[in-house]
Amino acid sequence: MLETTPDTSGYMIAGYVFAFVVMGIYVFSLYLRNANLKRDAETLESLQAEQDAKAKKK
Amino acid sequence: MQKRPILLSILDAASIIVLAVSTYLALVFAPTEAVMGQVQRVFYFHIGTAWVGLLGFVIAAVAGIAYLITKNTRWDRFEVAAVEVSTVFFFITIVLGSIWARPAWNTWWTWDPRLTTAAITELIYIAYFMLRQGIEDPEKRARFGAVYTLLGGISAPITFMVIRLFRTIHPVIIGSANANQEKMSMTGDMKVAFFFGLFAFTVIFIDLIWHRIRLGSLEEKVEQLKLKVSM
Repeated sequence: MLETTPDTSGYMIAGYVFAFVVMGIYVFSLYLRNANLKRDAETLESLQAEQDAKAKKK
Repeated sequence: MQKRPILLSILDAASIIVLAVSTYLALVFAPTEAVMGQVQRVFYFHIGTAWVGLLGFVIAAVAGIAYLITKNTRWDRFEVAAVEVSTVFFFITIVLGSIWARPAWNTWWTWDPRLTTAAITELIYIAYFMLRQGIEDPEKRARFGAVYTLLGGISAPITFMVIRLFRTIHPVIIGSANANQEKMSMTGDMKVAFFFGLFAFTVIFIDLIWHRIRLGSLEEKVEQLKLKVSM
């Protein structure tokens, strides 16, 4: 007797959803870290410019 | 601030396109496997992510050697990028394998040689970031990281080869299987989805590594600025 193919579509959907969610989270984390570092760099550069200006006045 | 290269923007677009095509090939184009059913479609992403995962760990080891020889921080940034992206992809591989194992082997997890070595490899690279975070001196951090990836890199070929060396329930996909092993056979359409999946994840891997290297450069710049401001 021929066996029917089991319905395993739920596992397949879970697998693909998981893969896309993890990849999405990673890409978002890259974006977020990049944005935070850019902001930090801008703040530090302005601080350094202030320090340089003060040093020149002295 | 560093401007984004045009080639990187092209690579971003290409990554989205190949990911979409690969998903279509895996979910629609490839035929349904008769014994396992729809869950077998997880295979295309399982192998694609495993390929770039293990490749990245080997690349990181090579970058580690290059750093130890040249002491150029570019190699350290490259090494960190390769490890980070590969750890993410390899985590996907392990979980997809577990999801596939549930209907195929009737268990979410078994301490089979392949599954065990894969889990150890993933843990080795999670520990890599813990090691780096514990070292403040950038030069020392890079040197320790390089040695660690060099030693950790051995786990990648072991994970790949283990199903050929030991008795295991994990099927062989690439190369020939011995008498005790199950060799997974694919139809022509399955092969198309399989090879395109490998190509797609390679493109995405290169794209993400490039982004992570740029992030590393920015991290280094901020670190240097902090030192200057605090002086």
